[in-house]
Formats: sequence, structure tokens, C-alpha cells
Amino acid sequence: MAEETAPASKSPASKSHAAILLLSVLVVATCGLIYELLAGTLASYLLGDSVTQFSTVIGSYLFAMGVGSFLSRYVRGDEMGVFIRVEIMIAMLGGWSAAGLFLAFPMAADFRILLYALVLAIGVLVGLEIPLLIRILRGRFAFRNLVSNVLTYDYVGALIASLAFPLVLVPRLGMIRTGMVFGLANVAVAVALLWVLRRERRVVVDMLAAVLVAGSLVAGLFLGERIQRAAEIAYYGEGVIYARSTPYQRLVLARRGGDLRLYLNGNLQFSSRDEYRYHEALVWPVLGRVAHPSRVLVLGGGDGLAAREILRDSRVAHVDLVDLDPEMTRMFRQIPQLSALNQGSLSNPRLKVTNADAFRWARSAKGQYDAILVDFPDPTDYALGKLYTVSFYREVARLLAPQGVMVVQSTSPMVAPRSYWTVAQTLEAAGLSTRGYHAYVPSFGEWGYTLAAHQPPVMAANLPAGLRFLNATSEPLMFDFPPDMARRPVPVNRLDNQALVRSFSEEWAKYEG
Amino acid sequence: MMATGALGGCASAPAYGPFAGQLLGADVARGHALRDGRLPAASGLERRIPLLVLGGGVAGLAAGWRLREAGFDDFALLELEREAGGNARAGANAQTAFPWGAHYLPVPGKEAVALRHMLRQFGMITGEDASGAPIYDPYQLCADLEERLLWRGEWQEGLYPSTYLSAQDKAQRDRFTAAMEAFRKAIGRDGRTAFASPSRLSSADPAYTALDGISFAAWLAGQGFNSAPLLAYVRYACRDDYGCEPEAVSAWAGIHYFAGRRGWASDGAGESVLTWPEGNARLARLMAGRVGAERIHSNTSVLRVARDGADVLVDAHDHASGHTQRWRARAVVLAMPDFVARHVATDFAGVKGLTYAPWVVANVAVSRLPSGDGVPLAWDNVAAGSESLGYVVATHQTRSNGEAVGVLTWYNALSRGDPAAERRAMLARSLPQWQAIVAQDLLAMNPELEGLIERIDVWRWGHAMVRPTVGLRAALAGVAQNGPVFRAHSDLCGLSLFEEAHDSGVQAAERAMGWLGHVHEALA
Repeated sequence: MAEETAPASKSPASKSHAAILLLSVLVVATCGLIYELLAGTLASYLLGDSVTQFSTVIGSYLFAMGVGSFLSRYVRGDEMGVFIRVEIMIAMLGGWSAAGLFLAFPMAADFRILLYALVLAIGVLVGLEIPLLIRILRGRFAFRNLVSNVLTYDYVGALIASLAFPLVLVPRLGMIRTGMVFGLANVAVAVALLWVLRRERRVVVDMLAAVLVAGSLVAGLFLGERIQRAAEIAYYGEGVIYARSTPYQRLVLARRGGDLRLYLNGNLQFSSRDEYRYHEALVWPVLGRVAHPSRVLVLGGGDGLAAREILRDSRVAHVDLVDLDPEMTRMFRQIPQLSALNQGSLSNPRLKVTNADAFRWARSAKGQYDAILVDFPDPTDYALGKLYTVSFYREVARLLAPQGVMVVQSTSPMVAPRSYWTVAQTLEAAGLSTRGYHAYVPSFGEWGYTLAAHQPPVMAANLPAGLRFLNATSEPLMFDFPPDMARRPVPVNRLDNQALVRSFSEEWAKYEG
Repeated sequence: MMATGALGGCASAPAYGPFAGQLLGADVARGHALRDGRLPAASGLERRIPLLVLGGGVAGLAAGWRLREAGFDDFALLELEREAGGNARAGANAQTAFPWGAHYLPVPGKEAVALRHMLRQFGMITGEDASGAPIYDPYQLCADLEERLLWRGEWQEGLYPSTYLSAQDKAQRDRFTAAMEAFRKAIGRDGRTAFASPSRLSSADPAYTALDGISFAAWLAGQGFNSAPLLAYVRYACRDDYGCEPEAVSAWAGIHYFAGRRGWASDGAGESVLTWPEGNARLARLMAGRVGAERIHSNTSVLRVARDGADVLVDAHDHASGHTQRWRARAVVLAMPDFVARHVATDFAGVKGLTYAPWVVANVAVSRLPSGDGVPLAWDNVAAGSESLGYVVATHQTRSNGEAVGVLTWYNALSRGDPAAERRAMLARSLPQWQAIVAQDLLAMNPELEGLIERIDVWRWGHAMVRPTVGLRAALAGVAQNGPVFRAHSDLCGLSLFEEAHDSGVQAAERAMGWLGHVHEALA
């Protein structure tokens, strides 16, 4: 086609072609840079190390463009037709690139291969655009003006993209919808060209393809929000209903059917189906062994679920709850589904929430507590590991009344028996007597706790009626350890050796293969 | 789309800065006014005092601490800067305190009697175990993870690489470790430990003192050590403790770094170090507290120290009042660095061959602490590929939430060239230039810090530490310690370490008390 229309440069139709084609240079230049920025930003966001990601993405993209330019020599005849199809393909690949990468990230075995395959594919297609356009336009302008026009629009497009991307697009639209919008721009170029060419050639098939791609992008534009969530769904395997990054952690709430789950940094904290088992086993062995549990301290436990159990005990006059993250306690106080789960414990006038680092709080805290519940996330890193050291337990022991009893969430004695018994060993090094016990919590597996007190904790516990998991028969069974979980010699966990963090990571890595 | 080429080029050269921050350092104007004799002469009445301590760095403070311990209260301590502490000073922001200089003290060995006595008094040693080994307060021992090294793109525990080592690298590492272990255990023919801490107590056996006559680099070469990771590790150690290259450091000092520490503590904590958010300023301030604020005259330049019969006359200018006071003391502990003392106490100071290493220390406030591939953030974080000495996390000891805001203390010893030239180059650089250097280095180690740096304050240390160069130990052996002026400073043993300065201060204080007839029990 281009071959035939080239000499007829004076006709009004070809003038409008030229205008559309020059405008399309601007559009394709903008789109091309946007896809590159999207891939770079997404890779930095998902893989970290932005310098590496940006430079490798830009490098491979530019290289692929070179490949595209080289390949353009093999396009013989019908440059216009090829150009239109290239536009439709770029619209599809580029438009869906951000959404696709987000969705694929949790599923892909090697995300990098997918990322670079996409970058290379888009790069090759984008590399075809300018050589094809120059050839299409070669008869319409003097070569001097042609090169000048094409490159001018190219560079202007790049400027538009590079300014709009960080200032407007990412903050306003987000990455997924930005991709969709620019995919639509690419497909619009194809549709406009097909429209002006409709009398000169058969356009039905191409037009149909373009409309389909455009339709998918429009749909994607409206579903952008849901796609973003679906990406987290793929990660968590269920419906994410709330996700928030705080300065301390990533909080994700997910629901499947009647089951509500909380994840902190991807680690399951509770499942609403069986959390009663975990929390009854955490709270009642302690409260059942204290004659007058008037003042109670909860360290961690910002979900308010342990507090819910504690507040059921009318002997308890005051609960101090110390949790690091204000967002966590706010969420469990204000979100109706969550405050229903903890029965409004965090708004209870008998409870006071303090948002502080328990490691520092304990060193300066005063006063005595009749019962103390230590419910921190597992010692997955050196920072959390400090909350399991003999130094920390000495501070906690100082806060424990002479007749008081405390309990420590102590990871799984089944999966990590050395880690589990390190907690008891460390509490003993802090001058406390201990008794370990464990309970089966289906979403966690076999889970361990350690009771500690200034005197050996008594055998018998007075449990309230109406508990779902514990009664006078089931409670004593928890204190029996079969041989595979039996006590073994382990070191004391100290600030300067962090023996627990090391054994914990070894044992869990071995278990999870 | 050729435009992307240009854009790609720009993206790979990010602009560092501008950052908020301040340029800090010793008061150069004060120092130069002193050197050039521009301060007014003494006027008014002479003040008589039995003893003056001149200089409030670690040596001067340790002398003051020792005097007070012995019940000797009638003395004054004159300090040039606003605050005593010398290299052990610190700053603070809303989040945390942070060091401006030295940031840790290795757990002392059995020989460091006075130092252990002081640590017990400060509550850092809380008791003794069954074997008599001191029990240290765990909050003051460096918490795990202590050190990590960025090596071939991944952070790993410790400062010696453990991956990508050839069989030869490993063999040399093991041979080097064994050689240092042998030196650590070595006893000279005089029955003294070959490499003691404090170094004063080291053996005078020529088999070991001869090592002062060659450079550490030459010694290593002579022993056939040429493994690149080993030499890089040794270079890091020399620069970190001595501010200079293995080519300049004497083999004696180089070996002392590896063989001199024999920490003595319960629970296997002997290898550990004591550290605090504010670094050794913790110790300096506790010592200053013992000396008593009423005895410490800060902002005071000593202009002249001279004998007058049996007494010593000291002219000292108070920058706050603008008045120059003449003191008449029966004895003086001269605890100033030699590069200052040689100008004002010409009869008592000026050791030939003493040179000083310039350092730059930056405190970088970040809105999120760094992480990286491999092992997580440690107290001390060093990159094998960087010329800097890495960074220390000020909040390492105090928090259990690893990801919040914090301060990173970045260190660099400007050891490549001649110290004087490096010092001039250091002073010629502007604050934004130093900030860009610091930011670039930090971002190369931890790219995830991009956009998280909130502030960079930079401290330029023109004369950060004495350089333990070849032959220096022999030269220092000739420095006489006669009354009534007793010298105290880590310059006098050539190792700029807290424990050395402390020992030197304690020893000078005891000699001064002996001179003045004050009965006391010897600690040093």
C-alpha cells in the first residue's frame, strides 16, 4: 500500500495520513518509554535493588529495540500493514505487562525469566516502529525534514512519558492501570490508521483484533484494583480483604469462606477457625494458676485475641497490652469484623494499649503483674530474637509478682524442638522455674508454650466453665511431651549469641525442605 | 525511541543530594589561634593548685578518674573543646544517640586491671562467675549479629569472606589464624606476654620488638601471605584500628591487632566488645561524671606549659570569658595529643616521627534501616568492594524492631596518600561533596536506602589518631616520664585505642600522686 500511495503526496487523504502518522510517532515514543519504565519500576518493586533492576531492564530493552530495528529490514512491502499489527501486539503486551507481572510474580518459578522475556518482546516490537514509520513516510517529506520530524516527535514523546510517569501516572493510576491506558493509546493508533485506510484495503480482521485488544484493556482498566488484590490473593491463596504496610511490618488480612486469617510479613498469625485453641491454651493455664490475677500484662498480642480471653475473667481488674505497631491495634479496634473477633477487647475500659517496642518498654517499666502473657511473633530475625533473650526475661521476671505466673509463646516443639526448649532453658537462666506444654492448633500444627514463675508452677489449674478447648481433663494432657518433642540439652539464648534465631532458622528450614 | 538511550544514561548516574546536615570537627580556628600565638597573655592573679590535668580526652579523663578513686580531689582538668571526651564524643537526634568517633571497647583481658575496676564501678561488670571471670551486663555487650561483610553481592556473617575462596586462600587464612594464635600465646624471654593489652606490659624480648622495624606488609610478604582476600582483610583491620595501610603500619602493631586481645569474661563473651548507641562517649561521660563538672574547665586553650623552680606554670585561655589565667601547679598530667603539646609544652613534648591519620565520620539519619541479600543487618556492616570502613547501626543495642528509623555511623580512614596531603584534601571538600561521597558509598552497599536518607552530618578529624608506623615504638621507648610533668596519651604507645589511653592516663595519675606524696594503691 505504502508503495502505491507514496508518490501521491498531495492528496488530502495522504495529508491526513501523514498527520496521523506523525502524531503516532509521538504516541509510540511515549508508550514505548512508559513500558520500559513500568518494567523497571515493577522489577525494583518486586525484586528490590532498584539500580540493578533499572539498569538491566533498560539495557535489555534498548538491546531488543536494536534487534527490532535490525529485523525491520526483513519487512518487504506492506510496511503499513505490519506497522498496524505491531501496534496491536504492543498494545496487548505492553498494556497488560504490569498486570501480568503482578499476577505472575507469586506463581512464576523464575520471575526474572518471565520479566526479561516480556521486556525483550516489547523491545523488539517497539524497535520495529520507527524504522517502519520512516519508510512509510519517506515519500511525504524531504529526507531532511523526515528525519527531523520523526526524531523530534520521538524525543518529545520520551519527555512526556518520563515526566508524566512519576508525577502523574503512578501516583494517580497505579502501575497496572498506567499500562492499560498506554496500551489503549497504541491500539488507538492502529484503529485510526485502519479507519483512514478502510477504503484502500481490507481491514476487517485487523480491526477486529484491535477492538478485542482495546476491549480487554478497557476491562483491565476497570478491574485494575481487583487485579492488584488478586496478585496478593495468589500469594496468600485466599481473598485479601485488607493489606497495609506499616513502618514495622506488612499486615494482610485474608478471608476464605468463614475463615479470617492475619499474616504479618507473610507469616500466619491466626486463623479465625482455630484461634480459640491457640488463645485458650495461651491464657487459661496461666490465669488458672494465679489466685488473684488482678493486674495482667500482655506483650505483643496486638490482635486483642488473648486480651479477649483475659477480660472474660472477672477477677482481672486491669490489663496492660504493649504492642509495637499502632496500625495493628487500631485495625483490631476499629475494623468491625476484627473487633467482633476479639469482642471489642481493645476498647474495653479495663485494658490499656501502649504502642512501644517491648524490649525497651520492659527495661523502664515499673510495677508488678500477677500474670504476664508473652505473645510475640516467632524469632525469625535478630531483632525479634532479642525478645527471647535472658536479658529480656530478667526484665519481665522483675515485673512478675512473687506469686505471679507468666507464659511465653515458644514456637513448635514438633518442628523446632531445640528452639522450643531454648525458651525454657533461657527462662530458667533468668531465675524462673518453668513448665512446658503444647496444644494442637490445626492452622499452625503442634504448638508450644512455656509457663514460668518464681516458684515451680503448680500442677492443678482452676479453669472456668464453658471453654471450647480446655477443661479439667484436657488441660493436664498438654503438659505431656512424647519422645520426639522431649526436652534436650540446648544453650541459653543471650543477646550476644542469639542461639535461638540460629536454631529456629535451621530447624524450620529443615522442616520445610 | 532513540531518546531512551540518553535517558538510560541519566538513570544510571543518580544525583546524590542535596541532604540536610552540618559539617563538624575540632575547632580549627581555636587550634590555629593557639599555634599562631594570637591569644592574649596571662593577666590577674596566679592560681595555685597541686595538680593540673591538661587535656580531657580519654587519657585525661582516665587520669582524673584515677585521682578521684584515690581520694585525690584537689586538681583541675583543662579541655580545649566544649565537651571533654576527645575521640569518644557523641551526638544525638530525636531517635538515638550516635558516636562521632570511637564506638566500642573490646572486652578487656586479665592484664587491664584498672580498666576492669572502672567497668565494675560503672555497672558494666555485674559480678563474677564460679571461675572468677567477670560477668558483663548483657545489654552492653554487642548484640548478635555483630558483623557482616558484603562480598560478591551477598552479605555474610563475619568480616572474612567465606565463599568464593580458592584452596590457597583457605590455606593462607588458616595459616594466618594459626600464626596470630601463636603470637597471642607467645611469652618473651623476660616472662612477659609478647603482645599485651595494655601494650605497655608487652615483652621487651627482641624476638618480638624487632617486628617494630619492618612494615606489616613486608612481614606478610616475608611469610608468603599473598592471598587477596587475606590481604584485604588485613588492610581493613589496619585502617579500622590504626587509620593507615599495612605498608605503613609496623609488623608489631599489625600483629598486636590480631594477637593483643585476650578478653576475659564469663559465658564465652571474651571475644565480644562493649558498645553503646553513643559509642565510647558512654565511658567518657561516666568518667567525666566521676571527675566532677566543677573540676573540668572546658573551652580552655593551654597556651604554655613551663617549669618555674619546682613548680609548673600553665597559661590557659578561657574562650568563654576571653581571659587568660596563669596557674601554678606542683605537678601536671600532660594529656594532650603530641601534635598540640609540642607547640605549648615545648620542653616536655614533641616526639620525632609521630604522624596522624585523618578520618571522616558521618552520621546518616535514615527513615528505614537497610537490609540487603544474605544475612540481615548487623551492628558493623562492611563492604569488601568499598574504600570506606562501612557503617555501624547506632540503634543496634537498644531496639528489637529492626525496620524503623535509625542512624548509621559511617567511617572512613583517609589512608591512601600522605597524611598531610589527605588532610588538606579532606578540609578542601565541602559539606555537599562529603555528603555525596557518603551517600554514594552507602547506596552502593544498600541500594534500598535510596530516598530514605534524611540527613548526613559529617565530622572531619584532621588528626584522628596516631599512626603506628615502622620504628615508632622504638622512638616512643625513649620518651622519659619525669616529674613534675607526666605525660598521658595513647600517642605515647602509638596505638590510638581506648584501653591504651586509659592505661596511660591511670599510670600518669599514679606517678603524679607519687610525686606529690599522695598514698594510694597501684592499679596500673
